Amino acid sequence: MKNSIAGTLESGDIMVTIGPGEGLQVDLQSSVAAQFGRQIKAVIIQTLEGLGVKDAHVQAVDKGALDCTIRARVTAAAVRATGKDVWKD
Amino acid sequence: MRNSKVVTLEEAVKRSGLKDGMTISFHHHFRGGDKVVNLVVDKLAEMGFKNLKLAASSLSDVHKPLIEHIKNGVITGISTSGLRGELADAISHGLLNEPVIFRSHGGRGSAIADGELKIDVAFLGASACDELGNACGVPRSENAKSICGSLGYALPDARYAKHVVVITDDLVAYPNLPAGIRGADVESVVVVESVGDSSKISAGAIRDSKNPRDILLAKQAAKVVINSGYFQDGFSIQTGTGGASLAVVKYIREEMLNRGIKASFALGGITAHMVKLHEEGLIGRLIDVQSFDKVAAESIAKDPSHVEVSSVEYASGVHTGSATHALDIVILSALEVDTQFNVNVLVGSDGIIRGAIGGHQDTAADSALSIIVCPLLRGRIPCVVPKVTTLITPGKSVDVVVTEYGIAVNPARPEIAEKLKAAGLHLVDIKELAAKATAIIGTPDPLPFGDKVVGVVMNRDGSVLDKIYNVK
Repeated sequence: MKNSIAGTLESGDIMVTIGPGEGLQVDLQSSVAAQFGRQIKAVIIQTLEGLGVKDAHVQAVDKGALDCTIRARVTAAAVRATGKDVWKD
Repeated sequence: MRNSKVVTLEEAVKRSGLKDGMTISFHHHFRGGDKVVNLVVDKLAEMGFKNLKLAASSLSDVHKPLIEHIKNGVITGISTSGLRGELADAISHGLLNEPVIFRSHGGRGSAIADGELKIDVAFLGASACDELGNACGVPRSENAKSICGSLGYALPDARYAKHVVVITDDLVAYPNLPAGIRGADVESVVVVESVGDSSKISAGAIRDSKNPRDILLAKQAAKVVINSGYFQDGFSIQTGTGGASLAVVKYIREEMLNRGIKASFALGGITAHMVKLHEEGLIGRLIDVQSFDKVAAESIAKDPSHVEVSSVEYASGVHTGSATHALDIVILSALEVDTQFNVNVLVGSDGIIRGAIGGHQDTAADSALSIIVCPLLRGRIPCVVPKVTTLITPGKSVDVVVTEYGIAVNPARPEIAEKLKAAGLHLVDIKELAAKATAIIGTPDPLPFGDKVVGVVMNRDGSVLDKIYNVK
C-alpha cells in the first residue's frame, strides 16, 4: 500500500489520505466533529471494511461532507492506495 | 470658533466623568471596518480604567482586541446585537464572567429610550461633524475620509446617553446640517485620523450570491411574496442580509415591472438592490436605519426620499410608531428553524456564537408576512431541526419557511397556505423537512455545552427568551 489522497478542502468535501498501518486507524479533523465525528469515523471504517482493507492509517480532514461524499472519497483513496480497482472488479 | 467642543480623546474622557464600572456605548455602522471601538477602548485601558460595561449596537471580527481588554479586566460586561469571529469564539468558551446581553436592534433602541440600558458615555463615530457636534455618516466636505450612511443605531445613544463624545475624521465648518446627531446632545468632539474603513461596510454578513441553490431559494421566495396576497400596489418590504434573501429582490422587481406594481417603501438595512429599485421609481421611499453598502450610503447622502431613522423609529416593539408596524413583507435568513417555526440566527450548530439578532425578532413580529429563506442543509449542518440551538425569533412571528425541498407555512396562517397552494407552490409540513434533513445526515450527537451562562437572549419587550451556555 502506498500513500494516496482523494478529495479537497472545499466546504462540503472531505480530504482523505490513506497509507500503510496496522489495523484500521482513523485520525479525523472535522468542522462538525462535536456532532458528527462519531458517525463520520464509522462511515470511513465501514467503507474500508467493505473494500476488504484491514490495515490502513487514514487521515481525514472533513469540511462537513455528507456520507455519500465520504464513501466516495474513501473509496477513491483506497483504490489509489491499493491499486485494486473496485469499480472494474 | 467660540464654544468649540473639539478636544483630544483623553480630554474628552476626563471631561465625561467616566469612572470604573460605568457603561460606554458604540455603534457598528462601519461594520467590519470599524476603528472607533478599538481606538477608544485602547485609550481607556491606557488611562487605567477597569470594570467597564460595553454597550455596542453590534460587534464583529474586527473587535478581537477586546479579548485582551477582557482578560485585563478593562471590559467586564458586554451588550450587543451580535458577535462574530475570535471574540465570539472566546466568549462562547467562557472568557467573560458576566453573560453577554443580546438584544435586537429595536430591543436595544427601546431599552435605551426607556432607561433599561443606561449609557454613561457614548463614543460615536461620524464621517462629518462640526465644532458644536452636529454629526452625520455622510461626507460633507472635499476632505471627507469615510462614509457609512445612516447613523440609525447611534441616534438613541446620542439622545439618551448622559454624555456624548463624537469621534470624526472630518471636522467641517458649522453648520453641518441636516445631521442625525444633534450638537445639542453632544458634549465633546474628537478628531482622529480615521473612524472606519468604508470599503468594509458590506463585508461580513452580506454577499451577493451566484450559488445556484441560493438562486433557486430566491426564486421560490419571490413566488411566495408574489402569491401571498400582500403583493399589491403600495406594498412595503424589507430583506435581510443572506445571499438568498438579497437575490429575492431581483425576482420581485421583474414581477413589479410585469404587473405595474410599485412599493411605498423599503425598510431596514438598505442595500444597493433597494436603491436601484428606488431610483427606477419602483419604491417610493427608503427608510434606512443602516446602510448596508457604499451605494446605499451614497444614496442617503444625496436623496431626500432616502431617510435616516433611529433604531427606535425603525423597530421598537414598545413604541407603536416604529416603521416595522407599517411593514408588509420581510424576507429573512436563518441558521436554524425548528418544527415550531422558531428561528436561531445567533448561535451556530456547534454551539459557538456566530451571528447577530439584528432586526430579525423585530421585523418578524411586526410585519404582516415574514418569510424565512434557508437551505435544508449547509454542508452537514441541518438548518431545519427538531429544536433550535438558541431561540431568537419565536415561531409565532414566523409565517413561511422556504427551502429547496419545499415551502412550509405556519399552521397559524392557513389563509396564506391556501393562496400559495392555489398558485401551484410545493407546500410541505415543516416536520417532513426536519425528517428529510435527519435522513440525509443522521442524528447529531448532543453539543458539548457546559453549565456557565455566557449569553442571555432578550426578547424585544425586555423579557428573557433564552440562555446560551459555554462550549467545552
